Amino acid sequence: METHDAPLRRTPLYDEHRRLGARIVPFAGWEMPVQYRGLVEEHRAVRTAVGLFDVSHMGEMFLSGEYAGQVLDYLVTSDLSKVAVGQAKYTAACNAEGTILDDLIVYRVARDTWLVVCNAGNRDKIAAHLAHAAENHCTFEDRSDATALIALQGPRALELLARAGEQAARAAALPSFHFTEAVVADVPATVARTGYTGEDGVELFCKATDAVALWTRLLELGRDLGIEPVGLGARDTLRLEARLSLYGNDIDETTHPLEAGLGWIVNLDKRDFVGKAALVAAKERGLARKLVGFEMTGRGIARHGYPIVAADGAPIGVCTSGGPSPTLGKSIGLGYVPAASSAIGTEILVDCRGKAVSAVIVKTPFYKRPTP
Amino acid sequence: MSDPFETKPGYLYTKDHEWVRVVGDLVEVGITAYAVDQLGDITLVDLTVKPGDAVTEGKPFGTVESVKTLSDLYAPLSGTVERVNPDLETRAELVNEDCWGKGWMVAIRPTTPGDTAKLLDPSAYAALLASIA
Repeated sequence: METHDAPLRRTPLYDEHRRLGARIVPFAGWEMPVQYRGLVEEHRAVRTAVGLFDVSHMGEMFLSGEYAGQVLDYLVTSDLSKVAVGQAKYTAACNAEGTILDDLIVYRVARDTWLVVCNAGNRDKIAAHLAHAAENHCTFEDRSDATALIALQGPRALELLARAGEQAARAAALPSFHFTEAVVADVPATVARTGYTGEDGVELFCKATDAVALWTRLLELGRDLGIEPVGLGARDTLRLEARLSLYGNDIDETTHPLEAGLGWIVNLDKRDFVGKAALVAAKERGLARKLVGFEMTGRGIARHGYPIVAADGAPIGVCTSGGPSPTLGKSIGLGYVPAASSAIGTEILVDCRGKAVSAVIVKTPFYKRPTP
Repeated sequence: MSDPFETKPGYLYTKDHEWVRVVGDLVEVGITAYAVDQLGDITLVDLTVKPGDAVTEGKPFGTVESVKTLSDLYAPLSGTVERVNPDLETRAELVNEDCWGKGWMVAIRPTTPGDTAKLLDPSAYAALLASIA
């Protein structure tokens, strides 16, 4: 998919993945575990019990100083003045055309300190973008290499976290999209109630040098709960069921957040920000296309890049993500279609390598976790 | 999970990780444990041929898809399709459960029966697997 001249990089947990028998694949310049025991088994563990993910390839960057909040606010689509210390926000950074440089989670660590977590494949781009904006205004620091990120996700994730010490137990009671410092299994960590699976859970930031200790301890503590280490394969099927966007598939520098169904993270009433004028204009023009979810009704599996076609075979859009859904037992996908043909229930065709297979636009998320 | 490096005596192999078993005048074709292991959980077997169709050595006769990915199925030799496995239409998981047996895909009548000599024997295939392991 992508070519990288630089040698592939490894997270601090690489040897643990090997020890667990993971299949390692290149991903966004990294050698990452795609699966351990099996994609479907790992997927089910996250939906029914708890899964552990190494996502240390993601970028962690800090902006700090009196003007850090204003600098970051100018770079993202959300209104950060509403984000309190200890709160996190899912947002996007756009370019001047209003298309997406990356989707991000920003964390207000202190009044004047912000943590920005970006996708692995966008680390260099976002680091340069933030550093440039910070120049003469605030301090920029890329701590990605020194930081590990471990996600603990699933209906029993918080129960497991609560076993990892007194502070960890307190952190397990945090509301969604809040975070705190806490010692977890004797490792100093930042515990955030965030994730990328559609399940409840946390993401744990720690020092790269503490990653192995935290990882192995969580696997031990969760053994009787049915914990599984989970690779990128199941991470993708989990996020697709929950309709969480994957950068490089569903969103990129050719798509803007409004057509991607991310209007809820765009605040056009806030102060000026990069891409605002373009997004205001796009909204006024009306959306030409929309990212929708669909279910295959014919016999076929839609994959990233397959054309969505009209009854006469003419291309009208493109599938951006697709595959079998382990939870639903059917094949699902996301794709851009003309706004006029984007209503729920609309029948479409996906060109699966020359074979037009029928599908129907459905409501998303495809999967929503049962409310406790 | 079964051993991905398993080879079966009495079967012949292609470098694309398909197996061939001679049954009378016909050859049955399936995919090896290694192929299954690479694919993971198989969810769809799409055979683009039906009985009576001609297949050409090295040309695709269908696809097999897992949750993760899609892979072409290549005809191990030229001939005419005699049978396709009807169970795979609804139960693709048979390939995971029993790739050497119930997960067979097509039975072909070879144009030139001697073509099977071009295929890998179990020891040659085991050597191929060892070289990529």
